[in-house]
Order: sequence, then C-alpha cells, then structure tokens
Amino acid sequence: MTSRSMNAALALAPSMAPPVAEPKLKVRDLHFHYDGFHALKNIGMDIPESQVTAIIGPSGCGKSTLLRIFNRIYAIYPKLKATGSIELDGENILDPRYSMNRLRSKVGMVFQKPVPFPMTIFENVAYGIRHHERLSRADLEARVEQALRAAALWDEAKDKLKANALGLSGGQQQRLCIARAIALKPEVLLLDEPTSALDPIATGRIEQLIEELKSQFTIVIVTHNMQQAARVSDRTAFMYLGELVEFDETEKIFTKPGKKQTEDYITGRFG
Amino acid sequence: MDALYLRRRLTNALALVLSTAATLVGLAFLAWILWETLRQGIAALDLKLFTKITAYGDQGGLANAMVGSLIINVVGIAIATPVGVLAGTWLAEYANRTRLGETIRFLNDILLSAPSIVMGLFVYTIIVLPSTALSDGNTTFSGFAGGVALALIALPVIVRTTDEMLRLVPSTLREAALSLGVPQWKLTSQILLRAARSGIVTGVLLALARISGETAPLLFTAFGNNFMTLDPMDKMSSLPQVIYQYANDPGEAMHALAWAGAFVVTLFVLLLSLASRLLFTRKVSHD
Amino acid sequence: MPEPVIAIAAPEHRATRDARHDRLFAGLLKACAFLVLAALLGAAFATLWGGREAFDTFGWRFLTSAAWDPGSQEYGALVPVYGTLATSAIALLIAVPVSFGIALYLSEVAPRWLRTPVASAIELLAGIPSIIYGMWGLFVFAPFFAEHIKPWLTTYLGNNPDDGNPSWVAGHVPFIGKMFASDYPFGASILTAGIVLAIMIIPFISSVMREVFQTVPTRLKESAYALGSSTWEVSWDIVLPYTRSAVIGGIFLGLGRALGETMAVTFVLGNAMDLSASLLDPGASIASTIANQFSEAVGLQKSALMALAFLLFVVTFVVLLIARLMLRRLASREGR
Repeated sequence: MTSRSMNAALALAPSMAPPVAEPKLKVRDLHFHYDGFHALKNIGMDIPESQVTAIIGPSGCGKSTLLRIFNRIYAIYPKLKATGSIELDGENILDPRYSMNRLRSKVGMVFQKPVPFPMTIFENVAYGIRHHERLSRADLEARVEQALRAAALWDEAKDKLKANALGLSGGQQQRLCIARAIALKPEVLLLDEPTSALDPIATGRIEQLIEELKSQFTIVIVTHNMQQAARVSDRTAFMYLGELVEFDETEKIFTKPGKKQTEDYITGRFG
Repeated sequence: MDALYLRRRLTNALALVLSTAATLVGLAFLAWILWETLRQGIAALDLKLFTKITAYGDQGGLANAMVGSLIINVVGIAIATPVGVLAGTWLAEYANRTRLGETIRFLNDILLSAPSIVMGLFVYTIIVLPSTALSDGNTTFSGFAGGVALALIALPVIVRTTDEMLRLVPSTLREAALSLGVPQWKLTSQILLRAARSGIVTGVLLALARISGETAPLLFTAFGNNFMTLDPMDKMSSLPQVIYQYANDPGEAMHALAWAGAFVVTLFVLLLSLASRLLFTRKVSHD
Repeated sequence: MPEPVIAIAAPEHRATRDARHDRLFAGLLKACAFLVLAALLGAAFATLWGGREAFDTFGWRFLTSAAWDPGSQEYGALVPVYGTLATSAIALLIAVPVSFGIALYLSEVAPRWLRTPVASAIELLAGIPSIIYGMWGLFVFAPFFAEHIKPWLTTYLGNNPDDGNPSWVAGHVPFIGKMFASDYPFGASILTAGIVLAIMIIPFISSVMREVFQTVPTRLKESAYALGSSTWEVSWDIVLPYTRSAVIGGIFLGLGRALGETMAVTFVLGNAMDLSASLLDPGASIASTIANQFSEAVGLQKSALMALAFLLFVVTFVVLLIARLMLRRLASREGR
C-alpha cells in the first residue's frame, strides 16, 4: 500500500522528477518460453520515461513478443511463460500479485491492425473508461473528447460520435484505437507496428501523433520500418533471434552502431 | 493405343453425362415437390383458413393451429436461444481446444441430427408424465411441453452457429479489449457476442426454420386441440400436427386444408432460410 | 486533480469483483453447455426407463420376435427394425450415387456461374420440412408409383401375382422374384418410403460431398490433369480417395437422418406390422410405429414403443458417432 501512495505522490508531482530520469520500465533477466521454444533470451533494458523507444529487428526476432509482455497480454494464451522481472515504477509486473486491472490501466496498447469494437465511436472510447472509473455523463463526455482530441481525431469524428466505428477509414480507426488506449490515462503506451496496415498519409499522421503524445506518455513502439524508428524514436533497441543485440540512442544506432549485426541490419545487408 | 484413348474418353463422357443427369433429377424432384405444394396449396387458400378454427372440420380453418404453432415456436426459440448462445460461447471462448469442450462440441453435432421423435418422447417423459401425475392422472399435454421439445431441436443449431461465429471473430479484438483491463465476461458478453451478432441471429433464424416444420416431437407433447387456446399450459394444436391429422383423414376437403397448411408452412420456412441467407451474405460482404 | 486517487484506489476491489463475476459467468456458460450432454443422456435414459417393462417381459426375444399383437400382449421389434433398416438401405442405395453425381457436377463439371445457384437450389430441398415430403409422397408420389413404376417392376423383375410364375429376371437371379412380387394394389410400400427418404437425404449427402471435394488442394488436381487425366479420372482416382473418410462420414450422416426420420416415412410406408419379403408390400419403421400408436397405447404396448425408441436412439447415435469421427478426420488433416 505504501508503494501505491508513493506512486500517487509521484503521479501528482511530475515536475519533481529528477533530471536524470529513473527508468519507467526496468527489464531484468527476462526469458520467455512457449511450447518449448526459447523465444526471448536474457533481455535486460531500461526504458526511459516520456521518451519514445523503438524496438526493431527482423521478423521472428521476438520484438512483438517482448512488447506483449509489458502488459502481460500474452497471459490470455495457455502454455506461455515469462521469467525474470519487469519493474514498472519499481514494482515487478510479472509478479502474479500485481493486479491485472492496475497493470492494464497503467499500460495501454495499440495493435497492428485497427480493431474498433463493434459500437459507436463514442462508446469505443467510453467503454474502457467506464470499466475503471465511475464518471458522470458530462465528465465522461469530456474525457472522450479529450482523448479524441489527443488522438487528433476530434475534428473528423465530433459530428458522428453516434456512428458505428466500423465506418471510419483505416487510419481513423487506428487513431480511434489510440484514443481508446489513452482515454484510460495510462503511463506507458505500447504500439505494436501501429502503421503497418495503413497508407503513407495515414502513417504520417500517426507518426506526428506519436511525437505529440510523448510529452505525456512513455511510448514503446515495435516497427519493422527502420525509417519510422529513425523518425519517431529517441532510443532504439535492435533485437535478433530472441536476444537484445544493441540498445542506444536512436541517432547513434543509425549512424554509428556498436555491433556488426546491427550495422548489417540497418544497411540492409542482412541475411 | 487409340482403343484405350477412346475408352477413356467414353468413360469420361458417360460420367459427366450421368453427373449432370443426377443434378437434373435432384432439381426435378425439388421442382415437383414445390410445384405440387404451390398448386394444391394455393387452390385451397381461403380466408376462412385464418379466421376459423379446426373444430369445424372441413368447414373450418386453421386459425387455432397457426396461433398454436406461433406460440409453440416462440416458446421453443425463447428457451433455446439463451441456452444455445451461452453454451456456444462456452465452447468458443472458454473450452476451445480443451478435451471437455471438444467432447461437448462433438456431442452437440450428434444432437443436431438425433431423431426428433425420440426428443418428443424424452419431453413426454420429463414434462407430460410428471404433470399428469400432479393432476390426478388427467393426461396433461401442453403447448409448453411442445415448446420444450422444439427447443431441444433448435438448441444444437444455435450452439453450433454461435460457436462457429465466435471463432470467426479475430483474436485481436479480444486482445484489444483485454489490454484495456476489461474482464473476460464483459469482453465476451459486450464485445465478442456483439461482433458475432448477425451470424448468431442467422443461426436463430435457421433454428426457427428447422423447428417450424417439425411434427413428430409435437405429437406426444402439445398433442393438438380443436379449439383456440392461448394458454401454453393447455393442449395446443400446431400446423404440422393438423396437416398430419388431416392428410390421414379420408375426406377430400380435409386434404385440401392439409395442402393449404403445407403451403403456409413451406412458405414460412423458405422465407426464413432466405432471410437468414441474405443476412449472412450481407455480413460477409461487409468484412 | 482528485481523479488519480479514485483511479488508483478502485482497481483492487474491482479486481476481486471482476474475478467473481468471471467465475459466475463461466459457470453459467458451462452449465448451459452441459445441457447438450443432458439432452442426449436424458433421451437415452428416458426411453430406456420407459421401455424397461418391455425389456423385462420379453428380454432378447424383443429383438427377434416379429409379433406385434395388442390382443395377446406380444410385442417384438423385428418388423419395425427391419422396416427401418430396409427403407434406409434403399435410400442410401439411391442417394449415394445421385449425391456423388451432384457433388461432382457442382465441383468439377458445371460452368462456374451455374454452381452457386444450383447448389442453393439443392440445399433448398434440405430446408423443406419432412411433413411436406410425407404429404407429397402420400398424395402425389405413391399414386404415381402404383400406376407407373410398380406394374413395371412386378412385370419385369417380380413373380407374376396371378400365376406366381417368375419374370425373366426373377428366373435368373435368386430372391429378386420375391422382392418385387406384390398383390397389394396401393402405392405405399417399403420401396416407396425408401425413395422418398432418398430424396430427403440427397441434399445432406451431396452438400457434405461438395464441401469436402472443395478441400482437395488445387495443385493435386492440376498435377493429375497435367498427366493427361480426364475429369472423371481426376475425380475417381484423386478426389475421391483423398476425401474418402469424409465422404463416408457424409453418407453416415445421411443414414442417421434416414433412420430417425418420422413424417416422410409414416405417410408412405403403409403401416403394416407384418414381415414381408417383398419391397412392394407395406411395412413399418420404428419411427412410424411410434408416431402411429403411441398416443393410444397403454401399459405394455407403450413400454414396447419406448423400448423401440431406445433402440432407434442407440442405433442412430452410433451411426452419427461414426459419421462425425469420419468427418473430423478430414478436418484435422486440413488443419495441419
């Protein structure tokens, strides 16, 4: 209970954050197995607060798997096992005692393909809020508007909040999913290849949005698109065959990578 | 060499001709059956069908049977829909790929084609017999018992379509909801079932089409009643049961009434299957 | 900003409440699923319990006796069991080749634009209620059969009803004469019921066959065509062996339907509780016997009818079990 009040104190006093930021997520000795396959090997990394961290690597390297451990979404499937620790503000989220509700309200996620719920646009955003908080109608509407504005969807959606979300374009649907995730006021936002199903213009808007959101959220983005990682992220992790090969400032990774494997991947001389 | 080729070509031609003929035979019987139902049914159509009850015999109509059919079908669907949807949801969302789930899914497929007359006798045993015992030995057939018998026939249809439709819902939708911290029961009841809604409605319509023509399970449950009743605890007539009774009657006028009833039932069933088909293709084309 | 305090304090209670609701919800769902099991078990036990008096009284004799006499209270299952098996066998004999033809036509022969409408039309046949088949059989097909088909059969295949002399075929093939002899003038018979049943199950079997034929990989068919095989050879040598177990499953599914069908059969079977070698004589099936007699039966007769229902249920259960197992084998291969 003490740690919770400490968290509350921290959350209420963001300005008091020390200049050299304590990492938001601290990954240590993380291993992941499924069906006897050792998918992640001894991962350790510190993800800084209020920055964008990109995870890149060839397909099958485990980058999505890693992301899906950060909110334990993998736990809905049987036979998957993660060992090691991931500390969110100092508390190990892999500890079974760490409440799933609390974790998911602190760590939001946006998926590869836009997955609007089969409801109206308004309900899509309000749905998650209602589950965590009891708000008056007016407060709820304000929160939905706030989230839609933050996701740069308000202007396009404000006149059709009662319309079915499936009627939006792919890019709009993805921004709706971002709105839905940030409406819960999470601290960390996980983006799993959020633009891979979108056209270049929609992709551009999402990237711009990521730039805007990073002041409020710690963002971790998995992408197969190196240019995207270079454009949006502050730090980049390169993974290969379930191992974290290199993790450094994005500029350094893309200009003078420390490892041969990273350089080969960046320059396209891979495989 | 030439003889071999010739024989192969002849065999092939013969097979293709026979397969075409088989299809034509199938279509011919379909046309024959529908045509007779249409012809004899329309010839016997009369306003009194809808206004008079079966108590008047060949001077009467089918009003009480139509009302009875409606009530019995509604009871059947009202029981089978919630149970079937929940059971199908369990199979798809909670027990998919488990041994128990596979077994129940398998048994449900068997129930789907189990003889309906046995289901009628089952309901006779569990509902009619006990209520007879409770009412001093007066045999108490009832529309409700008929509805339960039909529910047993509709149940596996609804279970199966719900199960299949939910398994078509992409797992990303589940992940998206769970990543918001939504509990499984809310995810299932408010999101997944909604996403699969049109498919499930299709299943319910198919089940309704299936039970609307069922006769055998009603003979010993709803039994029949020559008078109009709206009380589901009373004996109740239904269109298929009256058709069965009238077709076995020697009187020509009764046969005409039976054809009229057959026409109404067939029309209803075919319209239902058409509606479910339209609903489903619309859903698919949207995806 | 008071919000965060609420947002942080709430989840703990919520988590336990969610967990409880989740358990309740899962329990409710599971209970509903078990009703499927209960329906099957219940039907078996109810009929077994209802038939206990008959089973006790007659023992194994119930299965072998052809008697069905309310006067002397003697009941045996042989006549209805024979009628059920004979009508179903005739139905399969007709329906299997026709269904195969239809499935072949719809998956290999017909021009593409014609496939969907024809398949839908055939499936429409499956949607027609069985009582309509029964009425059509009684008023349309049975008279047609008596007038046009039966005389031809008795003349060319059976023994002559007037002098008992065999036809040419009957003189050369054993049993045929008796199978197609009849001095009964009406259309209702075991053969008629078998034909009506065949029409009923054709859409079931053909749609299963068509579905499984479509699971055959195109490359497999293409490589056979590339060797110069004809459509028929590809179908018979490649498609059919590849889908064999599912095709048998489809046939058993049709058999399950035929065995338990009541209304289509009751109208055209004639309901005679006699054992006759002739397929042109009337007979009885389990389902038709129950439908005809149950509401007026009392005591031992009622119990005998329940016992019949139990037999029917067990037999169809086994047949459908085999059908589903066969069908599943293809499904699991497809999954791989």
